[in-house]
Amino acid sequence: MPDAALEDLYREILLDHYRNPRHHGHLDAANHKADGANPLCGDQITIEATVNADGRIEDIAFSGAGCSISQASSSMMTVYVAGHTTAEALRAVETFQQMMLTGEAPSTAEQDLGDIEALAGVAKFPVRVKCASLAWKTLQQALQSQTAAAVTTDERSE
Amino acid sequence: MTSNHMHDHGGDVNHVGADAMTGIRDWNTESIRRDFPILKREVNGTRLVYLDNAATSQKPVQVIAELTRYYRDYNANIHRGVHTLSQEATAAYEGVREKIARFIGAKRPEEIIFTRNTTEAINLVAHTWARANLQAGDEILISELEHHSNIVPWQMLRDERGIVLKYIPMLQDGTLDMAVARTLIGPKTKLLSITQMSNALGTIIPVRELADLAHAQGAIVLVDGAQGVPHLATDVTAIGADFLAFSAHKMLGPTGIGVLWGRYALLEAMPPFMGGGDMILSVTMEQSTWNDVPHKFEAGTPNIADTIAFGTAIDYLSALGMDAVHQHESDLLGYALDRMVDVPGITIYGPEDRSIRGGVLSFSLDGIHPHDIGQVLDSHGVAIRAGHHCAQPVMACLEIPATARASFYIYNTREEVDVLVDATREVVRFFGGVHA
Ligand SMILES: Cc1ncc(COP(=O)(O)O)c(C=O)c1O
Repeated sequence: MPDAALEDLYREILLDHYRNPRHHGHLDAANHKADGANPLCGDQITIEATVNADGRIEDIAFSGAGCSISQASSSMMTVYVAGHTTAEALRAVETFQQMMLTGEAPSTAEQDLGDIEALAGVAKFPVRVKCASLAWKTLQQALQSQTAAAVTTDERSE
Repeated sequence: MTSNHMHDHGGDVNHVGADAMTGIRDWNTESIRRDFPILKREVNGTRLVYLDNAATSQKPVQVIAELTRYYRDYNANIHRGVHTLSQEATAAYEGVREKIARFIGAKRPEEIIFTRNTTEAINLVAHTWARANLQAGDEILISELEHHSNIVPWQMLRDERGIVLKYIPMLQDGTLDMAVARTLIGPKTKLLSITQMSNALGTIIPVRELADLAHAQGAIVLVDGAQGVPHLATDVTAIGADFLAFSAHKMLGPTGIGVLWGRYALLEAMPPFMGGGDMILSVTMEQSTWNDVPHKFEAGTPNIADTIAFGTAIDYLSALGMDAVHQHESDLLGYALDRMVDVPGITIYGPEDRSIRGGVLSFSLDGIHPHDIGQVLDSHGVAIRAGHHCAQPVMACLEIPATARASFYIYNTREEVDVLVDATREVVRFFGGVHA
């Protein structure tokens, strides 16, 4: 690659999640679900989650199609939130969105997003921030509503 | 013309020999490129290779200079001043109407209405002609290849008026199903609104054939020339259009200016579009009488500067000759198709028959999203479009979310195609091993 910024965007860990997505598919007993779309690039995602009586995310899955950034972000997100409570997951959504704004990994230990911090480089590519954010916005939607909901990012025309 | 400065362009519009209209023999891309300063720009440390011409074209120095010249030397409002500057500006503005009329073979300059762009031109027809002439149950026929701007206005009208909207289906090769088209065009068809060339796939549509079928049923034909007029020699009579819409920004001109051409009799019978100054003859407290065509459709102070600079863009293309423009693009497309087919995992969309393709190469790579293709190409300085190209029905028909699209114009070269091919191979290497 001729461009260091590009390598920063497409970090190896990200490409790994893109090539081998985790938690990809559907759940039999999901009680939370939302669809998200990014019409500009045609990313589509569905997030299903099983949340138990204690508010803990017992299982989570994503499906859909999209670019490497949206797919990798989805995969990394599911790995992170599985086993966390919905409150923790929603806090992570905010931390992630903050990271997309600043391009900086979170500074405090309790905000640590682990591997996901490899996505901080996306902030330098404003068009791709939407791709990276889609999974997180859709997760937020899924956790906040029991019923199916749809998230759509705005569309630019040609 | 009261002054000669309108003829004094920023550079010579002279890149071809005297027989420009007859062939590509004297075409000189290097000389053309010198007129486009932006092509010298670097992007991400490499020379810009601009292949997003279907979205918007670059502008030659002559056009950029004309914009400045107007503001510097004869800026004034038009149609309303007795003073010298206003007369000069009016003459320049109206002169462009004449140029455009000649460029598309219109019978009279009054048939040229200035709009903001193609989208506004189509909406003008939807708001005026269609609302005055169509009733519930009447049919509007468009195609699955249309740009959203030739779909949405008709859907809005359908919902408002109970009009029936039908689509000529597209085939997997990006052509229209002409057999079905014949069955869809009938006595209820009141309007055929069809693109001259698909922006997503580059298919050149047999507009004349469809127009003849529509006219035989008494329908009116609107041609979306947003892609056709900038790239193909276009004569409104030859293509059988009653209305033609196009945008300056895709044909070397500025943004913010477009054209609706209509047959004079149709325009004369149409109600106005927007109300305001310039579009009236007289206003009393009770009522107003409409100005003549085309002023009836140009309410308020128009986009004078961009219109005048658009005239310079028309001069530039006329000097090259539109047949030569098309030939240059066909040559580049052929070269690009021959080289791109060998890229591993590539699918190229659009017709096999190269004679019905404009300079558009839409493709995808196995397991690699077009957005990622666009990103990596950009790191090589190559600007293409990745997405649905505002033609979601086309994507739905091909059952893909998006494509990557390279589109050519007069200043592109085979060397630039080589950069595109090499960079596309890089994309495959970079994302290699990805599941489909
Ligand atoms: C076929 C076609 N129609 C209409 C349009 C709309 O043009 P504008 O955005 O200039 O109104 C475009 C622009 O991409 C186009 O390609």
